[in-house]
Amino acid sequence: MSEKTSVLPCRKAFSEALFELAKEDRDIVVLTSDSRGSASVENFAEHLPGQFIDVGIAEQNLISIASGLAGCGKKPFVFAPACFLSTRSIEQIKIDVAYTNRDVKIIGVSGGVSYGPLGSTHHSLEDIAFMRAIPNMTVILPCDVNQTKALVKSLVSYNKPAYIRMGRNPVENVYDENIFFNIGKANLLSDGADATIIATGEVVKTAYDAALILRDKGIYTRVIDMHTVKPIDEEIIIESARKTEFIVTVEEHNIKGGLGSAVAEVLIRRLPVKMYIAGIPDEFSITGSQKEILEHYNITPEGISNIVLKELRRG
Amino acid sequence: MEGIDISFLENKAKEIRRNIVDMIYHSGTGHIGGSLSSTDILVTLYYKILRIDPRNPVWTDRDRFILSKGHSVEGYYTILADLGFIDREELKTYCKFNSRLTGHPTVKIPGVEANTGSLGHGLSLGVGMALAGKMDKKDYKVYVLMGDGEQAEGSIWEAAMCAKHYKLDNLIGIVDRNKLQIGGPTEYVMSLGDLSAKWASFGWEVVEVNGHNISQLVTVFESVPVKYNKPTLILAHTVKGKGVSFIEDKPEWHHKIPTSEEYTRMIRELNQEDDNVREDIGSAV
Repeated sequence: MSEKTSVLPCRKAFSEALFELAKEDRDIVVLTSDSRGSASVENFAEHLPGQFIDVGIAEQNLISIASGLAGCGKKPFVFAPACFLSTRSIEQIKIDVAYTNRDVKIIGVSGGVSYGPLGSTHHSLEDIAFMRAIPNMTVILPCDVNQTKALVKSLVSYNKPAYIRMGRNPVENVYDENIFFNIGKANLLSDGADATIIATGEVVKTAYDAALILRDKGIYTRVIDMHTVKPIDEEIIIESARKTEFIVTVEEHNIKGGLGSAVAEVLIRRLPVKMYIAGIPDEFSITGSQKEILEHYNITPEGISNIVLKELRRG
Repeated sequence: MEGIDISFLENKAKEIRRNIVDMIYHSGTGHIGGSLSSTDILVTLYYKILRIDPRNPVWTDRDRFILSKGHSVEGYYTILADLGFIDREELKTYCKFNSRLTGHPTVKIPGVEANTGSLGHGLSLGVGMALAGKMDKKDYKVYVLMGDGEQAEGSIWEAAMCAKHYKLDNLIGIVDRNKLQIGGPTEYVMSLGDLSAKWASFGWEVVEVNGHNISQLVTVFESVPVKYNKPTLILAHTVKGKGVSFIEDKPEWHHKIPTSEEYTRMIRELNQEDDNVREDIGSAV
């Protein structure tokens, strides 16, 4: 666990890391739907124009073109706001990417409620559910800049369709530099016997901070970074259920169909234990800054630690 | 394919039409009208125009063909079998349990470039393949066969705009303009108006052709790209159900399955040597 902080958003780190690889690998192609700024891919437009395609505001076309490129041996990385990619393009993702099983990387930026005040048109709180329900898809949410850089290296040699969701705003680092990203294998950030907190994406930091609050009260929790929501790391979930008997999941997503559901699917089949799914309730979110929205729904270190405290008191 | 003459192609088209009717009758499923309207286009492409190698379906320099109107699959499968991409015997599994010859094509079948069936995807996929060809400085061409009812899909026009923007003169769109869709005449369901003008206004070079005149089709296909730096749209005027007089231009034959009596009549007509010799049923069309 790093104490270092970063002021970079993950999307920027992703683009920078990919740019370095793309200079050496001419088959890497970046596509966007007029989102070169929000996706931080201006560097491709400027310095690698032969590996950059802007299709304009046309998200359906965007994904199918990427599939056509992949069918001819290219390695397309598609960048656009997660809210549009995961809804406007969903049939193209289902058919042209997943059903056809082509190596297309779908990079949803400014995900969750990170476009806060712009309203629900710009929130993506159902993307994990949508993507998870499509066969052949891998679903990954990195939590910080260092992990994002490591993810890019792993993704380039991962020849399968994948959806990556990142936020818009700068995040504090959870990880040190030069870590290895093992797709499908969750990371145990801290261990304990009282409860387990499983989080994905940029709220992993929130989960970790909740564990620190609890530790001050003498309560020890396992904190798991479930960066890969699909395929999910079943073994670490079962191991946690054996050790702690209470599991809280934390996600910047509707409480239906996301990480919590994915964890519950494993538990109900193999080792049911009591769970709490923390996330955005099934409603069109209140607006405000990302921070204000998450606070409103108690996706904060205090909010998560209170869930654990309440359960342990009851127990 | 050098040395292939027009009469060979015309006879091949008749053979493929008989196969289409056979497959649909015996499997009890399929889209007969649009398969018959696109037969001459498919035959011209596969036996005369496309640079392909059935022994090496993933040859990197091959021309790409995408059946965007993925429901017109029976003629497509028959041709792939006839050319040796798949075994002829496999055609008998069409739409049967666990067959890869599903009602809409997928890349599990050698020679198939895209999973189609949901309309409006093919042209965008073709744009991707044509862009890859330009990036890699390859000289292959990409052909996309669309339906006319399919023209209502907005994504087609996203792709049309993009193909012009990126100067994809290696991309050829073909519209099987049979003027009918599942709900009736295209002009009744969602009027297309002047389709030629629409494509031209998107910056495509438009060529109109009789989609059942193989000699014309060959001439047109051999002339593309018509204009340097511009994608080509071939507007092929066709008749839905072409080749079987009593189903021609009948909306209900979009995906109707023939009875045994109708099947016999269809085969009898398709066996006629001369197109003018037909049963006197539905001849008013």
